[in-house]
Amino acid sequence: MGLIKESQQEQLKEKFKDLDEKIKLIVFTQEMECQYCRETRGLMEDLADLADKIDIEVYDFVNDKEKVEEYNIDKIPATVVEGEKDYGVRFYGIPAGYEFTSLVATIMNISSSESELSEKTIEELKKIDKPLNIDIFVTLTCPYCPNAVEIAHKLAKENDFIKSNMIESSEFPELMQKNNITSVPTVVVNNDMNFPGNLPEKEFVDNLIKAVT
Amino acid sequence: MGSDILNLELILPEDEQERISNSDDIYDLLIIGGGSAGMTSAVYAARKQMKTLLISKDLGGQLLWTSDIENYMGYQYITGRELTDKFKAQMQQFPIVDIITGINVEKISRQDNLFLALTENGKSYRGKTIIIATGKRYRPLNVPGEKELVGKGISYCATCDAPLYKGKDVAVIGGGNSGITSVIDLRNISNNIYVINNSNVWQADPVLIERIKDAENFIPMLSHNVLAIHGKDSVTGITVQSIKTGEQKTLDIQGVFIEIGLLPNSELVKEIISLTDLGEIMVDCGCRTAVPGLFGAGDVTTVPEKQIGVAIGEGIKASLSAYKYLLRMT
Ligand SMILES: Cc1cc2nc3c(=O)[nH]c(=O)nc-3n(C[C@H](O)[C@H](O)[C@H](O)COP(=O)(O)OP(=O)(O)OC[C@H]3O[C@@H](n4cnc5c(N)ncnc54)[C@H](O)[C@@H]3O)c2cc1C
Repeated sequence: MGLIKESQQEQLKEKFKDLDEKIKLIVFTQEMECQYCRETRGLMEDLADLADKIDIEVYDFVNDKEKVEEYNIDKIPATVVEGEKDYGVRFYGIPAGYEFTSLVATIMNISSSESELSEKTIEELKKIDKPLNIDIFVTLTCPYCPNAVEIAHKLAKENDFIKSNMIESSEFPELMQKNNITSVPTVVVNNDMNFPGNLPEKEFVDNLIKAVT
Repeated sequence: MGSDILNLELILPEDEQERISNSDDIYDLLIIGGGSAGMTSAVYAARKQMKTLLISKDLGGQLLWTSDIENYMGYQYITGRELTDKFKAQMQQFPIVDIITGINVEKISRQDNLFLALTENGKSYRGKTIIIATGKRYRPLNVPGEKELVGKGISYCATCDAPLYKGKDVAVIGGGNSGITSVIDLRNISNNIYVINNSNVWQADPVLIERIKDAENFIPMLSHNVLAIHGKDSVTGITVQSIKTGEQKTLDIQGVFIEIGLLPNSELVKEIISLTDLGEIMVDCGCRTAVPGLFGAGDVTTVPEKQIGVAIGEGIKASLSAYKYLLRMT
């Protein structure tokens, strides 16, 4: 596909030497219809080529009903970053531009045997004992967005109740409208409350807990 | 818009952010701020073998908000992100520079003959000299409705938020380089773009004006003030007034991009040095301030012209002035 520049491929190969657990990139597409489906799949295939520890599976949103249900996918293109298990980490839309940063950082984090969160956050997260869905609305030209996506995905890895989805706004205009997204990053909690996502980890978690308690 | 996304460069994550040897040490030089000015100071300090600590909220500063740069010598065209990466690599090759990022410095104070930088997470670092290179941040318009509607249709980052305003009517406030750059970001995405400027001429560079002046959706409103922004859950309109005739008009719009210049990030030193009316740190042509050992560089200072090249030059001068100051001290 050739979206990743040669010099970047070398950098990524180096980086992926530090992977611990195996990673599976599970891509949901639909060859004919969806915008950027092909490109998303191409990008993931290229990434998987760069490390032995990264595998890729591709499913069709219409034909592979079982998988769609298993991973609870409701729109495409969708990419699940799965490690030892499915932690509920999703990228909806193509993670290009600044979001490529989120994708690579999330792969590293999901693969790592340690948590990258502070002890304080890990303690706070124990308060969350009911299902919690985080949607992070981003654009690909936003330098402040990967911070929010990476934090939310780390939280999902840490706590099984939390599911975390990056949503590339321009590919899902109806969701953008429904949630009244007018600046990014915006974090939407349980399809209801929202807060601006450009926050340090501690405040991100404080806002999240405030939203659900 | 389709091809746009695929033309975007893929951006790789940063490597290990924090690099610190022994923070109890007394540094020769503390640099606060890691934009163009601060990173340059670090390179020059390293070459003088000064033990240096740079603390910054981020590396890059305003470069991260800039999509295209066409006036930084050596590159006919470069993105802010690419230039940031080059500056970073150049700085990081010197192990003598300790770097802490992701943290704000809240206050600078004096302790004996040293400068103390206190961070928001309660840590403090000591240096014999200090360079303040904290740059600028967006300036609010201060009109009714603005505070309430931030994040609900008011944006200070056109590069980030432009894709959200597809087919919508929007207003850009400000006719300087930032304002007109926002129009460039928006012109293929939004419907009508009202550009409101309180002066009767554009302050932006003529080459930028050239690029938008024929766009069909560009509606210039020179000599107009903004009186209020309206909306409850989101922006629905804006009231403007003609400076010439006093006539008021309400425009139906769904987004407002405020690009009326910047405010200096100088609060951290206000207790140890007086600031100008604009909040800038007064420096002489060697980047020295009224406080011996404290230097200022780049956009946060009174230096005329806020440009990357200027910030780089100021970063150099501040670092070399600090070096000379240290030589005299010992
Ligand atoms: C949209 C836009 C487009 C521009 N285009 C151009 C152009 O094309 N060409 C050109 O020459 N110039 C351009 N400029 C101007 C140029 O970017 C600035 O003059 C230059 O970047 C200033 O550098 P600086 O290091 O002084 O400050 P900044 O770049 O503002 O850097 C300050 C740094 O300090 C950090 N900081 C601030 N406060 C604290 C604190 N309390 N604690 C810790 N860290 C802190 C910030 O996070 C940041 O990293 C543009 C500016 C903007 C906004």
